[in-house]
Amino acid sequence: MNNIRITYTFCFMLLTAALLVVSPAYAAADLEINTPAISGIKNSMQARHSQLASFYASGAVGLTRDGMIAVRDANSVPLAQRQSVNGLVSAENADRNALYKEIATGNGHPEWEAEVRSTFAQRWVQKAQPGWWYQDGSGWAKK
Amino acid sequence: MKNIINNKWSWAGILSTAAVALVLPACVTINIYFPAAAAEKAADKIIDEVWKLQDGNPPSSQPADQAAPSTSTETK
Repeated sequence: MNNIRITYTFCFMLLTAALLVVSPAYAAADLEINTPAISGIKNSMQARHSQLASFYASGAVGLTRDGMIAVRDANSVPLAQRQSVNGLVSAENADRNALYKEIATGNGHPEWEAEVRSTFAQRWVQKAQPGWWYQDGSGWAKK
Repeated sequence: MKNIINNKWSWAGILSTAAVALVLPACVTINIYFPAAAAEKAADKIIDEVWKLQDGNPPSSQPADQAAPSTSTETK
């Protein structure tokens, strides 16, 4: 009898513990994006955007489906600027890779990187301005 | 008489153990699932800053109401 009561109490305590474990999981509904690493990457991308914006608008550079950017139409870039566009694109992609990785690891789940990336890929396109180019399932499309 | 009581208690024990067995794995699952909505919110916030978008408007001129930035829930 005593033993059984102890078992019952123990089960009750386990249930309570389970409920306590659940609540922080719900409370942490936001992803942490205010780490120094993420802020640094963000600032660098923000500074670069003023140079990239005109290339997005002209269609020289487009948004890829994997959350990166790519030179889409090099011919629309004056010869003198082609080198610098390539540099901007690869610097931007390095930042974007680092950003996705940092968000995943900064929240304690490195395995989330691919999902963070695909979330961003959709949101970049969603927030792109009309006239910018992006990759959909079949290829380049103009927004 | 004693037997009946014992049986009742052991059933209670078995039932609550079963409940715990069902609830505990659920806790683990909640933590492992990718928080898609939170990720979308985080992405939107970062994209707005990188592309200098304010509340989803294209970056035209400076908006007149700089007083209240709409970041109410992202304090932590």
